[in-house]
Amino acid sequence: MGMKSREESRLDPMMTRPNDRVLDLRGGSSASRIALFGGIYNNYLALNAVLDDAVRAGAETVFFLGDAGGFGPHPDRSIEILRDRDIVSMQGNYDDSVGNGLDDCQCGYVDPRDNHYAQISYDYTFANTSQHHRDWLRELPTSIRLNLGSHRLLLAHGSPRRVNEFLWETTTSEPFIERLLDEQRADLVCVTHTGIPWQRRLATDPNRGVLNVGAIGRPANDGSLSVWYALVSIDESGDLRSELRSVAYDTERLAAEMRNEGLPDEFVETIETGWWTTCLEILPAKERAAGRF
Amino acid sequence: MSRKATGGSPTEPAKPRPVSSHKHRGPALDFIGLDVLWLQITGTVCNIACRHCFITCGPKNFNHPFMDRDQVLTTLEAAKDSGVKEYYFTGGEPFMHPDLLFFIERTLEQGPLSILTNALLIDTITAGRLFELSQASEYSLDIRVSLDGTTAEENDPIRGKGTFQEILVGAANLLRAGLNPVFTVTTVHAQYEGGDGRTLFMEELRQRGFPRPRVKFIPPFHLGREAQRSGEYEESFRLSPGDLFPGEEEVLQCGSCRTVTANGVYPCPILIEEDGARMAGSLEASFGSIELNHPACATCHVEGFSCRT
Repeated sequence: MGMKSREESRLDPMMTRPNDRVLDLRGGSSASRIALFGGIYNNYLALNAVLDDAVRAGAETVFFLGDAGGFGPHPDRSIEILRDRDIVSMQGNYDDSVGNGLDDCQCGYVDPRDNHYAQISYDYTFANTSQHHRDWLRELPTSIRLNLGSHRLLLAHGSPRRVNEFLWETTTSEPFIERLLDEQRADLVCVTHTGIPWQRRLATDPNRGVLNVGAIGRPANDGSLSVWYALVSIDESGDLRSELRSVAYDTERLAAEMRNEGLPDEFVETIETGWWTTCLEILPAKERAAGRF
Repeated sequence: MSRKATGGSPTEPAKPRPVSSHKHRGPALDFIGLDVLWLQITGTVCNIACRHCFITCGPKNFNHPFMDRDQVLTTLEAAKDSGVKEYYFTGGEPFMHPDLLFFIERTLEQGPLSILTNALLIDTITAGRLFELSQASEYSLDIRVSLDGTTAEENDPIRGKGTFQEILVGAANLLRAGLNPVFTVTTVHAQYEGGDGRTLFMEELRQRGFPRPRVKFIPPFHLGREAQRSGEYEESFRLSPGDLFPGEEEVLQCGSCRTVTANGVYPCPILIEEDGARMAGSLEASFGSIELNHPACATCHVEGFSCRT
C-alpha cells in the first residue's frame, strides 16, 4: 500500500469549529425548573410528546441542545414546532451542516458503515429542509449559559470544547469532568450528541457534574421504544437536582411515515425494536455490550 | 499538580518542542490538556516480532524496559490530578507483565482503559479475570486484538508462523468470557482498505465465530521494522508551518495525549524510539505545544488518524 500525499488529507477542517456563539441568559432567568432535550432527528411525534410531558412536569423553560435533523421523516415539521412553541434552541453539528449547506453531518463517526448510514440520513434531511428553516438553523447559538439558583449551567451539544465530541458514560472519567467544569467555569455541563442519557456528579461536590440528556429522536439502544429527556431543578435546600425522564410516543405512525419516505429499513427497525442497528462502531465497550447488535 | 497545561510565562510563550531531533522546521501544535494517556507497560519487549511493527518490538528489544509498580502508580496519580479522560496500555505485549491485572484494576478505578495486545497470552482464566475487572468498574474496558488478515496466509507472514490460529483462540476466550474484542488491523493488505474492505473483513470474522465483530483499521507507519519492510518516509513527507488546519489540535491525538514509558514521556506511542522524541521525565513537565517535524506526523494529518479506540 502506497503512502498518501500531504495534499490528500482526509481530515475535515469543519470538525474543529469552536462553540463561539454563546447565548448568555445568566442575567435574565429566575426559573427554578427547566427541561432539556436534544437530538430530535426529525422525530416530530416524539418532540410533541416530550414538550407536553415537560409542561405537565412543571418546566418553566425548555431548552433544545441541537440536532433537529437526521434519521426520521419530514424535517420541516420539527423545526416548525420548535419555532412555534418558542423553545430556546441551540445549534448541533447537524444544524450547522444543514444551515451552512455542508456536504455531511459532521457527526464525528470514524467507521465507514456508520458514515454510510449517516450520509443517507443527512442527504434526506438536507434535501427536505426549507431554505427559511436552514437560515434559522444557521444562526442558532452554539452554547448557552444560565444560572439556576446559585448554580452555573453550561449547555453544549457534544461538549463545551467541540460540537461533535462524544461524552459517553463509560469513557468520561470523573477527574476529566472536574477538569472540564473548572476550565469552563461551570457547575453543571449539559450535553447530548451520543443519544444515550446519563449523568455523573463529582464525589467531592454533588452540585457539580455532567448531564447527558440523551436524544428524543430514537430510543436509547435499551430495547424500549421510549425516548429520554431531562428535568433540572433547585430543591428546598438550594441543591441542584436532575432527573432523566422516559416518554412514549406513536412509534407505529413514525415507522409508517419513515417507510413512506423511503428511509432505510435499518432505521425503521430501531424505532420498532428499541435497538440500534446503525452508528454502532462509535459505541464504547460497555454501551455496545448493552445493545443487541 | 496544576490542571492547566503549562506553556511558559504569559509574556513569553514557551517555544514548541520538536518531536524529533531532525533540523526540519514543522508546524506547531497547541496542547489542549491531557485527555489521553498511553502507558508503555512492557516497553519494547514483545513475545513476537511483527514485520510491520512501527517500533522494533520483540523478545530481545529492551530499549524501553517494563515499567515497574512505582512508575505505573506514580503516573496514574499524576494523570488523575491532570484530569485524564481515558487510558491505554500498550507495549510490546502488555500481558507479559506480571503485574498487569493489578494495573488494570487500579486504572479502572479512575477511568476507561483500552489494552492493545496480540492475545497470544490470553487463556480462559485470564479472559475470565478481565471480564470480572470490567464488570467491577463503572468505566469501559476494551481489549484490542491485533490481527493482520482473515487467513493464516495473510497474517502469519507479518506476525509469525502459527500466530493466526493462536490469536483467534485468545480472542475467542475473550468473547466467551463476555468481552467482545476490537480487532485492530494494520492495512498492509490492499483488499481491506476502504469501506468494502472493512465489510469483507467483518464478514470473515462473523464466519469465524465473532457474531458482532468490532474492527479498527490502522495505516502503516513507516518507522521501525515497517520501514525495513516497505520503505522509509520520503523527506517530502515532513509537514511544514501552515500545513495544519485551524484547530487541528482538537483532532490530532498528540494535541491532547502523552505516552509514558520506563524511560520518560513522549508525545505519542508511535515515536518512542525516535531520536529527540523524549520530552521529559515527568508528565507535568511534558505539557506544552509541540512541533510536528517528524514525517510520521504526516500520516496522522493525511489519514485523519487517531490511535484511540
